[in-house]
Amino acid sequence: MPIILPEDPTPIAKVPSTENKTGGWRTFRPVIHYEKCIRCYICWKFCPDAAIYFAPPEAHESPKEALAKFDTVEINYDFCKGCGICANECPVKAIELVLEESVGGDE
Amino acid sequence: MKMILTGNESAAWGARLSRPKVIAAYPITPQTSIIETIAAFIANGEMDARYIRVESEHSAMAACIAAQNTGVRTFTATSAHGLALMHELLIWASGARLPIVMSVVNRAMAPPWSVWTDQLDTMAERDSGWIQLYTQNNQEVLDSIIMSYKIAEKHNVLLPTMVIEDAFILSHTAEGVDVPDQKKVDDFLGEYDPAFKLDPDDPAGFGSLIMPEGPYMEFRYKMALAFEDARNEIKKVVEEYNETFERNYSPFIEEYRTEDADAIMVVLGTIGSTAKDVVDRMHEKGKKVGVARVRYFRPFPAEELRMLARKTDMLGVVDRSYSFGPGADLYAETRSVLYKHTDIPVKGYVMGLGGRDITPQILEKVFDDMLSVAKEGVVDKEVEWVGLHGDERWS
Repeated sequence: MPIILPEDPTPIAKVPSTENKTGGWRTFRPVIHYEKCIRCYICWKFCPDAAIYFAPPEAHESPKEALAKFDTVEINYDFCKGCGICANECPVKAIELVLEESVGGDE
Repeated sequence: MKMILTGNESAAWGARLSRPKVIAAYPITPQTSIIETIAAFIANGEMDARYIRVESEHSAMAACIAAQNTGVRTFTATSAHGLALMHELLIWASGARLPIVMSVVNRAMAPPWSVWTDQLDTMAERDSGWIQLYTQNNQEVLDSIIMSYKIAEKHNVLLPTMVIEDAFILSHTAEGVDVPDQKKVDDFLGEYDPAFKLDPDDPAGFGSLIMPEGPYMEFRYKMALAFEDARNEIKKVVEEYNETFERNYSPFIEEYRTEDADAIMVVLGTIGSTAKDVVDRMHEKGKKVGVARVRYFRPFPAEELRMLARKTDMLGVVDRSYSFGPGADLYAETRSVLYKHTDIPVKGYVMGLGGRDITPQILEKVFDDMLSVAKEGVVDKEVEWVGLHGDERWS
């Protein structure tokens, strides 16, 4: 039998990275406490992946009436690796890091 | 156009004429004037390229890898500790099959600190998967960069290339260099045609994870085949360049008075030009010696060295570096490829470390030693350190 060589000269994955779910790497899960969240989107800016995304204003409660008209945020646990940058950057400490085992993973 | 250029200016001109679109570099003596000259070309509007200032050589190579992946030519330059810091990314660049061309100015590794020429830095990267070419004069530096892009970019090669020059002996010494016409170089090189590139319309990830049962071994095997193909492409491109630009390069080994030589000295880089001069003096005294200057260390010119060994009774291999085991790099590999192909004695000479001058006088003594080994037919000492303080034999 002839030797079978890969077609490409270098490993090229044609599978988009959205197919490669990396949330399972997480040790700590960031949980947003919406009663504190001021919808400033700093967590969205700092997330090194794209694991924080916008949700419609009414999706979650708001601490203040004036904030209720703005989009809120949610975390995509399929891709969040639990780096904790969002929790560290949050100016009102609305994001808590919870040990994954203590919440029982629901990937 | 004839210009008076240092080795580093010649490297910068070689890069300029090849039209890379991205240069990412970090300064280090004795390479710095290459990237300074290129920065000036760009600032003056003489070169259309993006110059990325980075915080280290590791980042310089990372930036070149990323830029080359978008489908453009890139160039960088480094020396010694900078090259060592790049080590991880050198292997990435070759495994990712990106035909990056880089100037490396040979410099000794510390401690003790030394900025002078010594080949340990590039020898330590011989298994990084890069083509390695050692040059002898400033003209060869310039021409080799242009040729290297053409060879590296062939779709059956796709291997990055180091064009290596000796510190100060070439890098900071000016001589007359024929700078080819831009139009002629454009015609010779053509537009860069990447075998693959990042494309937002066709998303892909490069260098992704491969499990042990996946084709990791096969990718490495393909690289080994590419090094074999590179031999043929080097021959073709050198021949084409010689014809187009009226040069006279031998692809792998430049031989000088090797026909009927009783002993031949095998060298890398600028030692070749000193040795050729000494050979002429030796012939005047009736001593038949020759020089073989190895240009490509990777791919290693195995067949060419076997042919060389058939012409003579003895090979003396000079290394400007030392390997703590087999003795020295060019010596050990030369002996290895000659195994079972010849019975002639092969002796290694380690000299010129840390930039210590390799003078005609010392080479003459080495040639005399080689002739006595040739006469005896046996090697007295496999690897000899030449010119150590107090060693009267070579002084």
